[in-house]
Amino acid sequence: MTTNTINNVDMGANRVQSSFYAVQECLRSALASIRAHGLRSFLTMLGIIIGVASVICVIALVQGLSQSISQQFQGLGSNTLTLRADTPLEDALRGKRNRLKVSDLDQLKFRIEGIRNVTPVVFASGRGGADVRNGSNIAAGQMFGTTESYQEVQQTFPKYGRFLTDSDDVTRRRVVVIGEQMRRDLKLPENPVGRFIQIGSEWFKVVGSMEPRGEMFGLSQDNYLLMPYQTALAVTGVIIQPDLWVIFSVADLNAMENIKDRVTSLIRQLHQIKPGQPDDFKIEASDTLAKSFKEISTTITLVVAGIVGISLLVGGVGIMNIMLVSVTERTREIGIAKALGAPRQFILMQFLIEAMVLAVIGGLIGIALGYALGFGIAKMIPNFPDPAVPWWAVVGACTFSGLIGIIFGILPASKAANLAPIDALRYE
Amino acid sequence: MITLAGVGKTYRLGETDFAALMDIDLLINRNEYVALTGASGSGKSTMMNVLGCLDTPTVGHYTLDGEAVAGLDEDALAGVRNRKIGFVFQNFYLRARASALDNVAQPLIYRGISPAQRHARAREALTRVGLEHRLMHKPNELSGGQRQRVAIARALVGRPELLLADEPTGNLDSKTAVEIMELFSELHRDGLTLVVVTHEPDVAAYCHRVVRLHDGRIAEDRTQIPVKHVSAAA
Ligand SMILES: Nc1ncnc2c1ncn2[C@@H]1O[C@H](COP(=O)(O)OP(=O)(O)OP(=O)(O)O)[C@@H](O)[C@H]1O
Ligand SMILES: [Mg+2]
Repeated sequence: MTTNTINNVDMGANRVQSSFYAVQECLRSALASIRAHGLRSFLTMLGIIIGVASVICVIALVQGLSQSISQQFQGLGSNTLTLRADTPLEDALRGKRNRLKVSDLDQLKFRIEGIRNVTPVVFASGRGGADVRNGSNIAAGQMFGTTESYQEVQQTFPKYGRFLTDSDDVTRRRVVVIGEQMRRDLKLPENPVGRFIQIGSEWFKVVGSMEPRGEMFGLSQDNYLLMPYQTALAVTGVIIQPDLWVIFSVADLNAMENIKDRVTSLIRQLHQIKPGQPDDFKIEASDTLAKSFKEISTTITLVVAGIVGISLLVGGVGIMNIMLVSVTERTREIGIAKALGAPRQFILMQFLIEAMVLAVIGGLIGIALGYALGFGIAKMIPNFPDPAVPWWAVVGACTFSGLIGIIFGILPASKAANLAPIDALRYE
Repeated sequence: MITLAGVGKTYRLGETDFAALMDIDLLINRNEYVALTGASGSGKSTMMNVLGCLDTPTVGHYTLDGEAVAGLDEDALAGVRNRKIGFVFQNFYLRARASALDNVAQPLIYRGISPAQRHARAREALTRVGLEHRLMHKPNELSGGQRQRVAIARALVGRPELLLADEPTGNLDSKTAVEIMELFSELHRDGLTLVVVTHEPDVAAYCHRVVRLHDGRIAEDRTQIPVKHVSAAA
């Protein structure tokens, strides 16, 4: 009733507008009072500053690291999916093995829109495996049989020589392309094109060597050898039902899930799987490794955020403490405001906003400091990627500090709002 | 304007009750100029606080400007203070960190008035008390008399019906006190209702009516022709 009459009596200011002026005034007086006690305000914020700075620092480092790792993974084709046969454990125990059919491959290629490249892959090491040899030098890497489109799907291209071709495949030519690590292990020259190597008892001509992909988690990504798909089938002697898998890339990353669903229903149909029966295949994203790293980094981030969140609570208690002191100090001022007609909620809002502004300023300083800290640390460690502060961390830090301010401001603010005007005015 | 009927105020002091005001019946009409006098401890300030809705009486009825004030809650009382009453205190009670202009504009904040309008009206009020050249001064950059003028401007800015002053000249020298009292007389001439608490006969002499308290009761209530008054030329 009162606020209404007040507004109506005077100049007809409307409700929204007057609330706006009230908030504006509270912000102004909050900033004025924070400025008036500069050092004290800074010390009060210190808990929040340190808390936010450490969160931001850790997040910046972890995010920087994970961004640079994702970039490395991009080369591996994060828009690729792998379709492989999957045998439920029960069947596997009975000796049954599900297989993809060669015809699945063609169906995929022609019946699903949005798939850019498809390539089959098989193990080329046969049963028991075979050594790769160049004279007395032996290498133990992964050997695969695949087709020309592999390079497009995996976005990996030859550095010297050429990749496998369809004609290699059709004629089952005994040719290979090798990864950088394999080349080194075999002590082949920098450009190994034209050399012959031995796999088991068969001789193969090296027609190309691939661009190095580097290491990931200390494992070389270049210790492999590729031969034509049909050659691999012939060499391993499994021509009837090879254990192939299919790697394919999608044109549009956003369509990934959609395509996954369509492939699933297509293959189920082709394999005549009745509704309710489990798939005899599975589709995996080939960036599982990248994903698992992301998960690890997210966990680290969350754990650290949690720990530091607790330290932020301590910062909040610091704010509450100083706000309580401030309310006591300003009892007279509160009394004057009440005598002049300030309603309870105005005083409440004034102190809440002051606590919030205090906390948010602390949060902002903390963000800047944390970023600077992360940058300094990253620069000190050689080869460490630049830190990156994602927007959600900034927004989160601000929101969280603001929330801390409000939560810990409630007690002092309601203490101020509940002062009896006459007692507050008389307070010495 | 003001009707007090059977008003009493008792304070609890440990085990015993202390009655600061008892059986107060008082009627003050619009545009009266009343001095509230009495010995120290007689209950003048207590009476002021009750009249100003800063404190609620323990018993009795209080009607202010047609509104029964006794039953109102705190926020409603805040609204009444904001709209109908202007306060002037002995110790000025200005905000030390705010300029004269901001001090005077403060009551208007609680009416949801825009900063521009607040300042315009505050400037008007400061002009009214003759301080238009001291708008940006902080209280500690002003003399005692000027501070009290700022406080009076703050009391006037909301265009109240009633001005309550508790020992307004208590902290001022006699010359400045005269200036303040003459300002009050002008305000009275302009139609305001004033109640001034004082124990100085010189101050009471400006008023048209004197109510004297003794031990929490009204001991005397007389009208008088103000000994000193503003000349028509002023
Ligand atoms: N909050 C309180 N608690 C208990 N007693 C109080 C309280 N406030 C005032 N009193 C008592 O009430 C009586 C009246 O006090 P009040 O302040 O109204 O006196 P006064 O007439 O204004 O005196 P002065 O001229 O010295 O200002 C005094 O005896 C005082 O001790
Ligand atoms: Mg007194």
